[in-house]
Amino acid sequence: MSLLAYGDTGWGDELFYATLMTIAVAAAAIFIGFFLAAIFASFKLSKSKILNLAGGFYTTVFRGVPELLVIYLFFFGGSGAVMFVAKIFGYNGYIEVNAFLTGAISIGIISGAYSTEVFRGAIQSISLGQFEASKVLGFKKKIYYYKIIIPQMLRLALPNISNVWQITLKDTSLISVTGLVEIMRQSYIAAGSTRDPLFFYSFAAVLYLFLTFLSMKLFNKLEKTYGKGY
Amino acid sequence: MKNIFKFFLSSISALAILFSSAQADSIRIGTEGAYPPWNAKDESGKLIGFEVELANWLCIYMKHDCTIVEQDWDGMIPGLIMRKYDAIMAGMSITDERKKTINFSQGYADEVASLAVMKGSSLEGMDTPKAINLSTGGSAAKKALKTLTAALAGKTIGVQTATIHQNFLESGDVGSVKIRTYKTQDEVNLDLAAGRIDAALAAAVAFTDYAEKSGKAVVLVGPTFAGGAFGNGVGVGLRKEDTKLEKDFNKAINTARKNGKISELAIKWFGFDASM
Amino acid sequence: MELIIESFPKLLHATKLTIELTLLSLFFGIFVGVFFAVLRISKNKILYFISYYYSYIFRGTPLLVQIFIIYFGLAQVEWIRESFLWVVLKEPYSCAILAFTLNTGAYSSEIFRSAFETINKGVLEAAKGLGLNKINIFFKVKLPIAVKQSLPAYGNEMILMLKGTSLASTVTLLDLTGVAKHIISTTFRPIEVFIVAGSIYLLMTFIIHNIIKLLERRYEYK
Repeated sequence: MSLLAYGDTGWGDELFYATLMTIAVAAAAIFIGFFLAAIFASFKLSKSKILNLAGGFYTTVFRGVPELLVIYLFFFGGSGAVMFVAKIFGYNGYIEVNAFLTGAISIGIISGAYSTEVFRGAIQSISLGQFEASKVLGFKKKIYYYKIIIPQMLRLALPNISNVWQITLKDTSLISVTGLVEIMRQSYIAAGSTRDPLFFYSFAAVLYLFLTFLSMKLFNKLEKTYGKGY
Repeated sequence: MKNIFKFFLSSISALAILFSSAQADSIRIGTEGAYPPWNAKDESGKLIGFEVELANWLCIYMKHDCTIVEQDWDGMIPGLIMRKYDAIMAGMSITDERKKTINFSQGYADEVASLAVMKGSSLEGMDTPKAINLSTGGSAAKKALKTLTAALAGKTIGVQTATIHQNFLESGDVGSVKIRTYKTQDEVNLDLAAGRIDAALAAAVAFTDYAEKSGKAVVLVGPTFAGGAFGNGVGVGLRKEDTKLEKDFNKAINTARKNGKISELAIKWFGFDASM
Repeated sequence: MELIIESFPKLLHATKLTIELTLLSLFFGIFVGVFFAVLRISKNKILYFISYYYSYIFRGTPLLVQIFIIYFGLAQVEWIRESFLWVVLKEPYSCAILAFTLNTGAYSSEIFRSAFETINKGVLEAAKGLGLNKINIFFKVKLPIAVKQSLPAYGNEMILMLKGTSLASTVTLLDLTGVAKHIISTTFRPIEVFIVAGSIYLLMTFIIHNIIKLLERRYEYK
């Protein structure tokens, strides 16, 4: 147990910071994912066949290709890939991308593919009546989307978002190639240094279970808060 | 909507720039931290080793501020190209293949490679010369390779991925062996000790260091290798466009060689003068 | 561009290993899954919790951790290396299948459990009323219905397992992802390799997806 001591003699503090890093990357990734999901879900729901195809392409590729390949693509493709994506949105210039962002973006793109399906499913399951009533009442599309549809969508999506979060959290274990020190990488270093892989990987498992447990509590609370009034 | 996109994108890029501490006058040097005695980490997680100390001295000679950055071997070269750091000092041998993507300074130290097995292995006691050089070749080298091919036929040999050692095994110089590639030298050592592989190929000092630190009965067998697929010494990896940095490093290495600093550090870490 | 053509045969060859790993893990995983699903719906508290925690641990931790513990962690233990377990744990191939099986077993058990639990009570009562004994009810009534119920979710799990086998590359196995990673790190041309390797994975995903669709249709009128 002394291996876990905080401070210079043990790995406790390194593992603590690594856990924070895991949470940070996962959080950044899931929000990047939400951003992408908002775009691609609207593509999939739109009347344009081209946009539908684009959305379908995105969700199929990034849910079907193994995460390691996506991460390798972004790590080795590096700044070039990110700048290419940024160019699509009209941003021209040199973006210096570091490990944190490479990891967060790769996982984020994958997370976004799952979130896209969740958002799409949630919007589609909102009863058509809501859309019709809003139109009849004369609300503009932007307004009724924000004030009526999206709040309902969020409520419906919440349980599935909790799944996406779990997936995203576990996917962070794969970004060690970028050198980012999250739980998996730190355990790897500690295991190598102390030649005690069994202890450190088992402890890593415990850390992930702990994060899973906390996440479940968090989402239960969120579901209670947002489920109010129904 | 477009404005929101632009805002989001610029905040991400702002974050990106924030996160990448690019200071003009200081340089970052990337190392693996998992290849003792070249580079390793102590218990507190600090980077130590021959190259870590040498790097600090070279920076003093170059009058640059330096930070040493850790990087997985897998992503060592991409990290350099992505500007995660500006130089590589990670026991990386100068090879033609790598020169396609990056430049190297002059070599500062050399290592010989060797096969290693666990004591009691059938591969012990091979009839080969002490050392062979694949660049200078010669009949002794050819004979040694023949002996090795016969002895290693069908055996499983572990190497670290993307290394000169892997290249050598794949070159066919020792016939067809079952190659297992691992992410780090440490994993190779672990599997060797666990009996999962018959032998391993890496820098001789890596094995002697492992045997010393772990107390496992790892022994070197066969000849030591140099030249050929094993490259021409270890140098500083640099981006092709950083010609000034290359000049600076070369000057510093010359200084360190002339005043005996490299030899001193080599003896300290390797136990012998591995300088070039 | 020529890299795409060059790397294709190597990648195709490695696909064989990927398919093997996927099929074997899924196959064994079904047994593990049914086993733990049955435990989970049993009235016995101990059996219930064994199944619950098994599922919790294997779904709550990343597959990478699981495979590392089995491959690196267990090899560290002296008495394991000297026992009969070493036959399985020595080779990365069997270690990987073990890890994948245990993992898919946990997810599968959830799928099967939910399928069992949502069987229409009326059907079960009818079966009892017809005088079928417990074993017959299980194999002739419950199982077929559960299988049909599970198909969509299990199809998803099959695809997840296919992706999961890519982690075999972290324990020296040269599956499709392993070879792809190798080519990428030596040629620094990730995009071409990604396109080829990715397409192969997507093709397999497509095949799985359609097989499941076919099965769903066949089980429609059971």
